[in-house]
Amino acid sequence: MKLQLHGIEKSFGALKVCRDISLGVNKGEMVCLIGASGSGKSTLLRCINLLEPIDDGKILLDGVEISDPDLDPQPIRQRIGLVFQSYNLFPHMTVLDNVMLAPRLIHKTSQAELRDQAEALFVRFGLTDRIGHFPDQLSGGQQQRVAIIRALAMKPEIMLFDEVTSALDPELVGEVLDVVRQLKSEGMTMVLATHEMGFAREAADKVCFLEKGMILEEGPPEKIFAAPREARTQEFLRRVL
Amino acid sequence: MNHTSTAALAVMLAALCANAGLAQDVCATGKTITAGSLTVATGNPAYFPWVIDNDPSSGKGFEAAVAYEIATRMGFAAEKVIWTATSFDQAIQPGAKEFDLNLQQYSISAERDQTVDFSAPYYTAAPAVVVRQPVVDAGATATASSLKGLKWGAAAGTTALALIDALIGPESEVMLYDDTADVTEAMKANQIDATLVDLPTALYLAAAVLDDGVVLGQFPSDATGGLDQFGAVFADGNPLRDCVNEAISAMVSDGTLAKIETEWLEGATGVPMIQ
Amino acid sequence: MQTSAAKNSAGAAIGAAPPGKSRRQERERRLRRRSVIVATISTFVVLLLLVVLIPMAPGWEKVQKAFFNGPILIKVFPELLQAFLVDLMIFAWSAPIIALWGLAIALCRDARGPALFPLRLFAILYNDVFRGVPVILVVYLVGFGIPGLGLPRPWNSPYLWGTVALVLSYSAYVAEVYRAGIESIHESQRSAAKSLGLSHAHTMRYVILPQAIRRVIPANMNNFISLQKDVALLSFIGPVEILRQAGVQKSLLANFTPYLAASIIFLAVTIPATRFADHLIARQNKERS
Repeated sequence: MKLQLHGIEKSFGALKVCRDISLGVNKGEMVCLIGASGSGKSTLLRCINLLEPIDDGKILLDGVEISDPDLDPQPIRQRIGLVFQSYNLFPHMTVLDNVMLAPRLIHKTSQAELRDQAEALFVRFGLTDRIGHFPDQLSGGQQQRVAIIRALAMKPEIMLFDEVTSALDPELVGEVLDVVRQLKSEGMTMVLATHEMGFAREAADKVCFLEKGMILEEGPPEKIFAAPREARTQEFLRRVL
Repeated sequence: MNHTSTAALAVMLAALCANAGLAQDVCATGKTITAGSLTVATGNPAYFPWVIDNDPSSGKGFEAAVAYEIATRMGFAAEKVIWTATSFDQAIQPGAKEFDLNLQQYSISAERDQTVDFSAPYYTAAPAVVVRQPVVDAGATATASSLKGLKWGAAAGTTALALIDALIGPESEVMLYDDTADVTEAMKANQIDATLVDLPTALYLAAAVLDDGVVLGQFPSDATGGLDQFGAVFADGNPLRDCVNEAISAMVSDGTLAKIETEWLEGATGVPMIQ
Repeated sequence: MQTSAAKNSAGAAIGAAPPGKSRRQERERRLRRRSVIVATISTFVVLLLLVVLIPMAPGWEKVQKAFFNGPILIKVFPELLQAFLVDLMIFAWSAPIIALWGLAIALCRDARGPALFPLRLFAILYNDVFRGVPVILVVYLVGFGIPGLGLPRPWNSPYLWGTVALVLSYSAYVAEVYRAGIESIHESQRSAAKSLGLSHAHTMRYVILPQAIRRVIPANMNNFISLQKDVALLSFIGPVEILRQAGVQKSLLANFTPYLAASIIFLAVTIPATRFADHLIARQNKERS
């Protein structure tokens, strides 16, 4: 199994955000986390990327625990890409520099090679005409695609997407989801927190419904969406669909 | 004011008046800012030996004594002398002045005379060089060539800079400070070697302010182009000036001024002349 | 701001109207012209009153002679300009050191983790002390005090220790501005950098600081404009810069006009600099809205 979560607990002060979350993600699999805002989806992703330390439980990547607080989180984060709802591009750099910054600082490859690799990514995701622009010169959809490319430039083994289409105008959602589809077809292991139920139903291998920091129900999308077991899941789906 | 010192002063002044023949001068009448009184300004603070202990009303110190002598000769009793403290800037500001005359070692110059009026000189001060012992040990002597090589500093609001340039012409830039206290501080910090002040101040600095101060030498007073004469300052066009000048010239001719000088500014013997 | 916003919305509202001026545009144009006329007249009246009334005061002639003395102004100007070079020189080497040292203090203040607590404490104390103590005291203490410990020449130079004093004082102000800039960068930028595997140092150096420093340039410009004026404080410990030179001229000529001349020279530098800082601030506000 590529990624395993065992009994993850996380609180912010008195507020419990993740309760005993366990989850397994196979290589090449795409898992969608659904649930109301505040159900703990985003926090869970931030915990997997080690942006938030967990209070209890274990996170395993390729069977090796990465949640050990004695480990240096930096090399681990380099293996796990995270894309944010609000893109979080660096506004003072061109799109190309955004993408090249982390590889340049971390991988000791030559500048020319790094540039070739970065440009190849832009070609792959159809953004070559934008590499010299600054983020604020791009549409939201383009910025989010750049953010995905930036995460991919570190050659991560797994990608986490935190509601990456929630900040976008409806007409721009499609181009970002297309990128995710393309990644899936290329065999990337992915975990998405999403409100795009249609997309989750169509593309996910597994769907998890979270409420109050717990995974209430999980299963293949056709089962979750067509015949949810839990009353809470049914209620949630009735509201959003 | 201290009563004993007032009494002592009265006795002293009475003696002086008797000596001068008790001049009942009416010259000053109606020309002072407060009718019947004479307001005299001095420095803030006023320094030894010009005023002792920053208390001019004691009559002690050269300028304090001169002021009382002038007052007496113009017909003001000692208790009719009001003291006030001013900065140089207050002395030259336009508009009404807070004093009738101002004594704080002001050098008489033609440029200054454009803005204020000066009395006849009441003292001629030989400019003297003050250094610290380490500078002497390093080979400084009272010769023009040795002085040129020293690092000079002076108080900015004085004519010292002009005198240093004219008399010495130092090789390096002259440092300037707010007042004599800062000049001596810079000497202690070894940032400057020497300063130029009037001889009485030089003796005071060397004896009381600097632990290892030395008065290296003095310039003959005819070398200064008249920049070494102290005069009292008046508001431009003040008619009182003529009365004061009359008093000063009487004090010169009857030897009183020389006597006051001997009393307060002695001890300058043995300071070598710089050629 | 407000009028231009109103204009824009007006423009949008009449987007479909035929070419030429709408009634609303016409009215705004009239209003604008009227306010220009009112401003011109009122400025003119105020100036006229100043120029006419002040010289009617009984003491004007003396004030004019003491502060606005033409021949003296002309006479002292070249010397003061020469002395101003000393100010510019001190400023030129102080400003970059202050910018760097201030940044170092700001970074100490931002140091994270318990092991770095002493650094943080140092930065906090440093800022409290040097922002609280008058610059002039620091100039005296450092300028006379440290050389007084017995440093040999040229290491006791008032230029050296005066510069140190300015750096100590001003870097505290500059550090606070930097810190405000660093704190103004949204936490999500740190998250993004961290998620890519960047270290704290790399995140600071490549992501936070470039944005923070740019954001506080206008505020720091104001600090450096007041530094330009405070360079004159070094005159207390010896260097003969413009204000000291003006003071010397003042006491030799018994006239305050040299200070007027010095002010003119200062203004020639600080007014353009202030305008430029205001321009940067205005541009930044526009970018943000």
